[in-house]
Amino acid sequence: MTLSQVQYQVMWTRLISVVEEQAQALVRTAFSTSVREAGDLSAGVYDAEGAMLAQAVTGTPGHVNAMADAVPHFIREIGRETMREGDVYLTNDPWMGTGHLHDITVVTPTFHKGALVGFFACTAHVVDIGGRGFGADGNSIYEEGLQLPIMRFADAGRVDQTLIRLIRANVREPDQLIGDLFALSTCNEIGQRRLVEMLTEFALPDLTEVAGFILGHSRDATLARIAALPQATATGHMRIDGYAAPVDLQVTVSFNGDHLLCDWTGTSGLDPKGINVPLVYTKAYACYALKCAIAPDIPNNAASLAPFSITAPADTIVNAVHPAPVALRHVIGHLVPDTIFAALDQLLPGVVPAEGAGCLCNFQLSLRPGAAAPAGARRSEVLTFNSGGAGARPALDGLSATAFPSGVMTMPVEATEHAGPIIVWRKELRPDSGGAGQFRGGLGQVMEVGARPGYRADFSAMFDRVDHPPRGRHGGADGAPTTVALDDGTRLHGKGRQPVPEGARVMLAFPGGAGYGDPAARDPAAVARDLALGYITADAARRSYGLTQPAIDAILHDAATPKG
Amino acid sequence: MTDRQIRLGADIGGTFTDVVLEVGSDRFSTKVLTTYAAPEEAIVTGLHQVCAKAGVAPDRIDQIIHGTTLATNALIERRGARTALITTDGFRDVIEMRSESRFEQYDLNLTLPLPLLARNHRHTLVERMDADGGVLIPLDRADIVALCDTLRQHDYQSIAVGLLHSYANPAHERLIREVLAAELPGVMVSLSSNVSPQMREYERFNTTVANAYIQPLIASYLHRLADRLAAEGADCPVFLMHSGGGIMDIATAADFPVRLVESGPAGGAVFAADIAARHGLDRVLSFDMGGTTAKICLIRDQTPKTARVFEVARSYRFKKGSGMPISIPVIDMVEIGAGGGSLAHVDALNQIRVGPESAGSEPGPACYGRGGTRPAVTDADLTLGKLDPATFAGGSIPLDSQASATALMTHLGDALGMDALESAWGLAEVVDETMANAARVHAVENGEDLSDYTMIAFGGAAPLHAARLCEKLGIRRCLIPPGAGVGSAIGFLRAPFSFEANRSVFMPLDAFDACTVRALFAEMQEEATAFVRSCDATAPITCDYKVFMRYKGQGWEIPVPLSREMAEAADRDAILARFEADYAALFGRTVQGMTAEITVWSVNAQTPTAPASPAAPVTAQPAPAPTGTRALFDAALGQSAEAAVYARATLTPGTHLPGPAAITEDETTIIVPASRHATALSDGCIALDSKDPS
Repeated sequence: MTLSQVQYQVMWTRLISVVEEQAQALVRTAFSTSVREAGDLSAGVYDAEGAMLAQAVTGTPGHVNAMADAVPHFIREIGRETMREGDVYLTNDPWMGTGHLHDITVVTPTFHKGALVGFFACTAHVVDIGGRGFGADGNSIYEEGLQLPIMRFADAGRVDQTLIRLIRANVREPDQLIGDLFALSTCNEIGQRRLVEMLTEFALPDLTEVAGFILGHSRDATLARIAALPQATATGHMRIDGYAAPVDLQVTVSFNGDHLLCDWTGTSGLDPKGINVPLVYTKAYACYALKCAIAPDIPNNAASLAPFSITAPADTIVNAVHPAPVALRHVIGHLVPDTIFAALDQLLPGVVPAEGAGCLCNFQLSLRPGAAAPAGARRSEVLTFNSGGAGARPALDGLSATAFPSGVMTMPVEATEHAGPIIVWRKELRPDSGGAGQFRGGLGQVMEVGARPGYRADFSAMFDRVDHPPRGRHGGADGAPTTVALDDGTRLHGKGRQPVPEGARVMLAFPGGAGYGDPAARDPAAVARDLALGYITADAARRSYGLTQPAIDAILHDAATPKG
Repeated sequence: MTDRQIRLGADIGGTFTDVVLEVGSDRFSTKVLTTYAAPEEAIVTGLHQVCAKAGVAPDRIDQIIHGTTLATNALIERRGARTALITTDGFRDVIEMRSESRFEQYDLNLTLPLPLLARNHRHTLVERMDADGGVLIPLDRADIVALCDTLRQHDYQSIAVGLLHSYANPAHERLIREVLAAELPGVMVSLSSNVSPQMREYERFNTTVANAYIQPLIASYLHRLADRLAAEGADCPVFLMHSGGGIMDIATAADFPVRLVESGPAGGAVFAADIAARHGLDRVLSFDMGGTTAKICLIRDQTPKTARVFEVARSYRFKKGSGMPISIPVIDMVEIGAGGGSLAHVDALNQIRVGPESAGSEPGPACYGRGGTRPAVTDADLTLGKLDPATFAGGSIPLDSQASATALMTHLGDALGMDALESAWGLAEVVDETMANAARVHAVENGEDLSDYTMIAFGGAAPLHAARLCEKLGIRRCLIPPGAGVGSAIGFLRAPFSFEANRSVFMPLDAFDACTVRALFAEMQEEATAFVRSCDATAPITCDYKVFMRYKGQGWEIPVPLSREMAEAADRDAILARFEADYAALFGRTVQGMTAEITVWSVNAQTPTAPASPAAPVTAQPAPAPTGTRALFDAALGQSAEAAVYARATLTPGTHLPGPAAITEDETTIIVPASRHATALSDGCIALDSKDPS
């Protein structure tokens, strides 16, 4: 049958709504804090060939291409001819899924009138997957936790109890993990129901025609954007902390008329510890950065992602292969966009921001009762997500304490303190951390954390930009670096698990974004506001923007009276 | 007529102030332009108009019930008082740092909404509670006194106090209030443990700041209004509609002005709930579509669904996260930027997009002929034959069909290779699909299946789109009540006195303490009842009990309503069984091996709602002669057909007519597509039912 353009558009809109619904269901049922509070999840719908038709916009671009690539792996490994109604498959293979063992991807085949018509997939970051626990310290994937190859979780509706028992025996929070597996499979079920309803409403046997419409329009729109770019090539470079040694990220971006090429030749080799990145995750953040600059309004699907070609030599840190440790692949993954922006700024002036904090400033506290612990005290793992400042934009200040490129949310301190025996003593903006410029970098933040009385803690740091703060663009100043220390002044490492003595606090300062343009060109009213609100101190106003003492006094006086 | 109760409802909206006077069962209504500088003036004008229509003097009015967008607008337009926040040392920036995320992922030039209070108006004190309400750092009274010197220099009118974990132990907040009262007499004080005693500091602090910020403005307005009404002879008690769908007295409203936010739309939901009661409907989707937005609400057992938090002042295409959270008991509504004035364009993917940008009333849709050149939803409706160009707004605004066609072709048709009719179809389908998707997602979030729901549609644009929405959602019956243009103000007159008390107290069921639970419920019941009793000294008061539960480790709670017996007996097993049943209904299965826990407790006290007079059954009447016919496009069939046109005023109860048809009235037109037939009911509602018997 033939449908009108109008009806196809309605179905496309419907499918996008279905995956958003699917993602929402997961947020509401998941146990993992990172999913329910921070939005670290994905959901997508695929045609019968495994081509992704729509993906929910959730907290993390890190799943963008990974999700698009995942389902074809499942079709190959499971075998299309063995798929039955009621089947549910899963994996946490970093190379087939989304880059580390803590992300579990669940895929469900959808049947309509007995025929396989498509797939739903979703991914969530789980609390624990066994091994050493979430952190950078593994020397290979084998130390990072339980590996689940692509396999059946449910066979024609019957859940594999052997698998459940194996998982239970291998992880620290078995009830929560099993709860999350069921949440993932439920969220695919919700998507399936809607898809079947849609096919019935439009009297369609399958998704073939709709898929053709969605993918055709997406391909055309993306190619039109790429064709409008100058055909040129540029290289971006950024040095960051790494774990064992500093890491050089280098990318060459080429606009080639009908596709974009992003090649990572020149990037450092693998790190011995778990900050290496499977290529699928590098691709996700590279595509995200390119799409932000070139085609922000075109939804992600197989066709809109296809013209972006991302390559890297094997065994570079952005193309780690099995069995490299990859648990904290997000640290370097989150710095991929800033590297690409260094190249894009040469090709498309005035579009991309200065460098920012980049990677999320996450840490995990592993708490265990000490001698003086209250009765009933138990071990507990508390993971928090926090953000530094984003880089200044060509015509706007950077966003303070806001995640970029990741889109996840922080957790409320009150919720964190209910999750385990931790006290967050301070969590607020970090003055003077945004790089000076015509447009100022976003402020980072300071945090002070410790265990409740009676508990001992290990602190797993997952930070970068300790030795390599965000660099300013076009005359803007650098943002402030990360600092990590105990309250007695002892410096801690930016990465790795480190003990915290009982009663001690960890003092954290997260980086500010870098500035854009010459600070001398900054609007004096903006400088005055920054000073009045304490985004910059009097000292910085003098040093970076040349304010005189009388001017500073007048501004501070106004800020303390009704006019301010 | 002397012994009949006389009540006045007044709804101040963005454009119009609607005033409805009910004298017994007779109703008189008017619409007056809103007077921004002194909103009470429009109410007084409207009051005199309806009193004149009804032939009653203002001093005969027994009760005035009022709802207003004033609180919402003050937050959107940032027209609040000089306000400070006092918070825990280390947490000065909670309301600025928000969730540390971006609500739009791909926009490199995104800006976030500014906090209500700039950083130099956020002050801190050294003190700290832990998550259980234990004191980690005591608060020193001398520190508060010292801070008062600073506050005095700023000359604040209103102060919000938000301390960490104060929902668990409000002692420090109360100490601050005590010192402020002594040191800064006359300054208004809002405590987070009073305004919104719930866990999650950003939502609680922001709600408290919003309350403090609008309190001087609202308090002064409310007292002025009462004086002004009294001066006009209407010296009866004045009550306020609140966001939770009930009414409260002026003193409570002046203490908790943030509870007035969204009171107008809440009145619309109460209006729909009353229609639902009259028709004995337990599952209703209310659909209110006006000029710029549409609102959707689920009504179960004649009670609108409520929520504990919502977002106001969305700054970015109505996008979730682009506004500020207000955490109060509220009727749970989904607002979509889709109304008659919403404008359409073609995007980079050659897809039609509609809204949230709106043509407003000036210049209005292209067909108004007031200079609008871009196609709006109304232009599509006109082109599809849903509106009659000669009789729109009772003939007062002649519509220009050619202007609609030109706008559709210029902005959609030429780009997509479609004619004007197909462009109009596409535009209308996009807007209807958007609303249908919002309704579907909302239903899923609440574990509801819309196929056994009835829609109640009101607002100027709803009758044009309601039937198509029903087709998309699989809803078999839709009611279109009379008086839909002033639905919210009528709703005010149907609302009970009510107040909801909330507490955040964490209690895993494996550490369930029945004594504590009983005490907690008793305390909340007393608090809520006292508020209601202050409005009505004699009416019987009933309480609804609810807990919010989840499995330990989850972040989202689901509401679990409890019977009075379950609450009073503090019956752990019964509560668990109820939670498991509700959880399974929502998410398909319960979770094995996990402990359930209660996080939030709530008691809602209210007076009984006036019994709805049931709609009498009707005997079938043949349709009168149509006033004419016109070509009406049917979106489900994808083609036009000749449709009979009827005037709503001529349809006597029982009149039955098949689609395709159009039923016209002054404000709007009810579209009956080929898949439906229409029946006029005894109470003036028009029912649209699916012809398909299955």
